[in-house]
Amino acid sequence: MSRSSADLALRRLTLVCALSVACILGLITVFLTLASLPAFTDIGIVAFVRDLAWYPRENMFNLVPMIAGSLIVTAIALLMATPLGIAAAIFLSYYAQGFVGASFQRLVELLTGIPSVVFGFWGLVAIVPLLAAWHAPGASVLAAALVLALMILPTIILMSHTAITAVPESYRHAAAALSLDRFAMIFHIVLPAAFSGIITAVLLALGRAIGETMVVLMVAGNVVKLPSSVFDPVRTLTANIALEMAYARDDHRAALFFSGLLLLALVTLLVFIGERFSSVRPEHATAISPRSDQTHAHFP
Amino acid sequence: MPRQYPHEVIKHMHTFRDRLIAWISAASVLLITLLFLWLVLDIFFKGFAGLHWSFLTSAPLNAGRAGGIAPVIVSTLLILGVCMLVCVPAGLATAIHLSEYTVRNPAAARLIRRSLDTLAGVPSIVFGLFGASVFCDLLGLGYSILSGGLTLACMVLPFMIRAGEESLRSVPQEYRLGASALGFSQYSVLTGILIPVAMPGLSIGLILGIGRALAETAALIFTSGYVLRMPESLLDSGRTLSVHIYDLAMNVSGGEANGYTSALVLIAILVMINTGARILTQRIVHEVHI
Repeated sequence: MSRSSADLALRRLTLVCALSVACILGLITVFLTLASLPAFTDIGIVAFVRDLAWYPRENMFNLVPMIAGSLIVTAIALLMATPLGIAAAIFLSYYAQGFVGASFQRLVELLTGIPSVVFGFWGLVAIVPLLAAWHAPGASVLAAALVLALMILPTIILMSHTAITAVPESYRHAAAALSLDRFAMIFHIVLPAAFSGIITAVLLALGRAIGETMVVLMVAGNVVKLPSSVFDPVRTLTANIALEMAYARDDHRAALFFSGLLLLALVTLLVFIGERFSSVRPEHATAISPRSDQTHAHFP
Repeated sequence: MPRQYPHEVIKHMHTFRDRLIAWISAASVLLITLLFLWLVLDIFFKGFAGLHWSFLTSAPLNAGRAGGIAPVIVSTLLILGVCMLVCVPAGLATAIHLSEYTVRNPAAARLIRRSLDTLAGVPSIVFGLFGASVFCDLLGLGYSILSGGLTLACMVLPFMIRAGEESLRSVPQEYRLGASALGFSQYSVLTGILIPVAMPGLSIGLILGIGRALAETAALIFTSGYVLRMPESLLDSGRTLSVHIYDLAMNVSGGEANGYTSALVLIAILVMINTGARILTQRIVHEVHI
């Protein structure tokens, strides 16, 4: 193979690009840490849990209601979406006949493409008034969890469906040969075999839900207070950043960047846990699934 | 590969609990379908009422309550343009590196992939913070179309790279060996064979990247800003369609009707984009089978 200078330049150029792209994550971490340094030096980490409340103007930075808000809304959304999503994936894999299955799958695929701001908008104009009629004020933990659950459902359905169809046909033949009923086949053979794929799906959905901003910003009510019921309004970490970033200065700004850093750490942790579980490579993954480095295609 | 449902090939016993899970799973599908149809039809019908050609071409009046979305569309296209101007060359080069040059140094490749995988999961609001501190403050671009586009580029890159890498990898190894036997330089293999052959896959990556960028809101609120005027330069602030929907819903009382129409426009664009990608994918699958 001829080694012209153009080849060398090409190789170097692509390497530089690849390395700079790989640096983005590092840069994000560095800049977020730099911008949140005053949070460590001026405010002090303990203040985030010890301060009396979140009054940035009076230098009180208690993040606990926001952290709790994020966790509660995400947990409820996940509790609603996971069983529903897995049930739908079972339906798609084992019960849907031709047209029904294909149309349902198309509908779900259509929904993966709907932007979160549209979910938020719809939640605000359609769901919140309904909930308000039932139990004021409407914009609440429940509203946010409902809309968030709907938003992450397509991810769970499509990835679980892929994981279930990846279970070898022979397992099901064996189940039939043992004359197991379909319940036993699904719950004792297929679901355990597809477990890692389903867990990956749920973790991915969890990451999306906890990092989601628009939906919770628009329907959760944004009151900084620990909710005492699902009908109470709540403010999440992400919504807090979006609401106050525009006018935040100095320590207040640092506190917001610190909450961003917290989110980044949380999501990175989830990616790490996800890698432990992922052995199947789902085709419909919305985030990118890790792959081995056994390169089969390259320049000779 | 035609899908074979096991109920077509295997006869199972059918007990009571079998019928129970059949009903439960069918009921969840019904519930999900109804909820989703509610969302889609609600936005379609309420949005369609306000949809005229003039909505797309006229300026907004009264903070967006009346009038159209012309400046919003211009800002959206400009932000998208900035984003793609960065993403396409950088993404393509990285994809080429990952698919063609990683054999010698798998450890570096693993590091790059891991970094991109993690980047793909970073919440958009975190990208917004990053963009605000680097592009707006450090580089002094302020709230501008340029800051917004660059922030979006960081967000979209990992997805475009992965799609590009996959499509370059799917080019048969024989093509590379053949070109190499003919004494082609790597540069001509790339521009004459690999990129043309991988073109449909690369376009899918581009299309999906555009879709992802269009759907983004949180990363743009405090990088490209809110301004509703027609932008005069890339250093002006401008809002995208997504930010416009958010603003109409949250900050403008009585902006609901135009919010619905804007949401319908956004969804229509995204559906067209996804359909285009699907058609391209089917064409590739078809060609491979021949």
